[in-house]
Amino acid sequence: MTFLYQILNGIQIGAIYALVALGYSMVYGIVKLINFAHGDIIMLGSYAVWYFMTRLNMPWWLATIATIIFCSIVGIIIEKLAYKPLRNSARISLLITAIGVSLFLQNTVQLIFTANPKMFVTFIPSGGFSIGNRSISYTTLITIAISAAIMVALTLLVSKTKIGKAMRAVSEDNRTAQLMGINVDNTISFTFALGSGLAAVAAVLYVCSYSQIAPTMGSMLGLKAFVAAVLGGIGSIPGAMLGGLLIGVAESLTKGYISSQLADAVLFGILIIVLLVKPTGFFGRGDREKV
Amino acid sequence: MATLLSVKDMNVYYGVIHAVKGVSFDVEEGEIVTLIGANGAGKSTILKTISGMLRSKTGSIAFDGKDISNIEPYKLLGMGIAHVPEGRCIFQRLTVEENLEMGGYISKPAEVAAAIENVYNLFPRLKERRRQIAGTLSGGEQQMLAIGRAMMTKPRLIMMDEPSMGLAPILVQQIFQFIKELNASGTTILLVEQNAHMALRIANRGYVLETGRIVLEGKASELLTNESVKKAYLGG
Repeated sequence: MTFLYQILNGIQIGAIYALVALGYSMVYGIVKLINFAHGDIIMLGSYAVWYFMTRLNMPWWLATIATIIFCSIVGIIIEKLAYKPLRNSARISLLITAIGVSLFLQNTVQLIFTANPKMFVTFIPSGGFSIGNRSISYTTLITIAISAAIMVALTLLVSKTKIGKAMRAVSEDNRTAQLMGINVDNTISFTFALGSGLAAVAAVLYVCSYSQIAPTMGSMLGLKAFVAAVLGGIGSIPGAMLGGLLIGVAESLTKGYISSQLADAVLFGILIIVLLVKPTGFFGRGDREKV
Repeated sequence: MATLLSVKDMNVYYGVIHAVKGVSFDVEEGEIVTLIGANGAGKSTILKTISGMLRSKTGSIAFDGKDISNIEPYKLLGMGIAHVPEGRCIFQRLTVEENLEMGGYISKPAEVAAAIENVYNLFPRLKERRRQIAGTLSGGEQQMLAIGRAMMTKPRLIMMDEPSMGLAPILVQQIFQFIKELNASGTTILLVEQNAHMALRIANRGYVLETGRIVLEGKASELLTNESVKKAYLGG
């Protein structure tokens, strides 16, 4: 029973990692950039939902929608201002810029809201279903259900819709995609908006479970989601989902059966092993560079 | 006949390398015009510049009387120009049908469905393989897909870059026969080829390029019998 409980906890945090990992993977797929500022979008989203609810007194659902819109717009702005001018530069310039954007976001938020953590009071009712002597909280169930629904919707969007197909075409060959009449800039903007919107949902679900909001909270969360994306195969959407869940479960089991302190070490150990043994992850493509 | 495409004094540089040197040529509506020349003569560069992927330093490019010198590549198809790039460039990870859908990206859904049927009628092989990932097609099928994809919006001009590349001679014959039929049904063709003999046999007119310059131009039938062309490109 304890084991199942740990698994369920792992799936809960894993679902959040998966939502964030999707953003890493989609952005990597389309502009070949590891967007290290992506974790900080979660931080922005956490502050946003807290601000909208406590300062603007919005109801939870409106605050959530506003947070998704806010993060999507920030995602588009970051791409336009920081990454687009570097699209034809060396990849290392883009990577360093992404780290710069990450520091910029953290420090800006610290300037506005100070470094002291804020407490977020969850809007999900406490309590849950009891199974045996354990209870499964509503937060766990809602997190898993919402994440699952979003992943199904995203899969359909990418595989069936016109914009989804355009995203895949651009990620494979953006020059040829242009010749089809696809506006590559808009497609990239859409991808950033989508990834940031998913991070916003992850942020809301995260603060409902963990309540503490701080300017640097996105770093570790983002890094774990990055490990998840690499594990699943960066650039792959099902890979990001699977990677996120596996990382969450691995973390939860380590905490439950080995030691809480070792959980992060285990995760980054997984990253090292993946990079050594199968750098393309589960579903990654070993694409050669296109010239 | 009206001039459909008019290129005047095109000069293109890759950094300090002067790849296209003052090239001017016209394509009349309904023609097949071919640009022939050795590898590195600047043929593909000219097509990429017309597409807006590269810019000419001087001169102008006009299509149907409208200046397109500074066009964004993604607006080209909307003007009525399709570009089948070198190496076909089909989307390897998309299915055959999704590739065709991308070809009709700017069209309305109903038009896309009809256009896909049209392509399937012309290339029944593609219909058999509609759900297959395009990267698994043979070279000839990929070329059919690339041409089919370019036909999706019924463009007035199709620019083709080396359609014979990497194909067996029998397939080259078929592709060129198809290009001829496509032209007969009203599509103007600008054909870039290293296979000068095949290109000149189906073309109305041709331009011979050498290191970024047009060195010879004329009716395709005359170029076919021209001694210097024979020597340089047609194997004696």
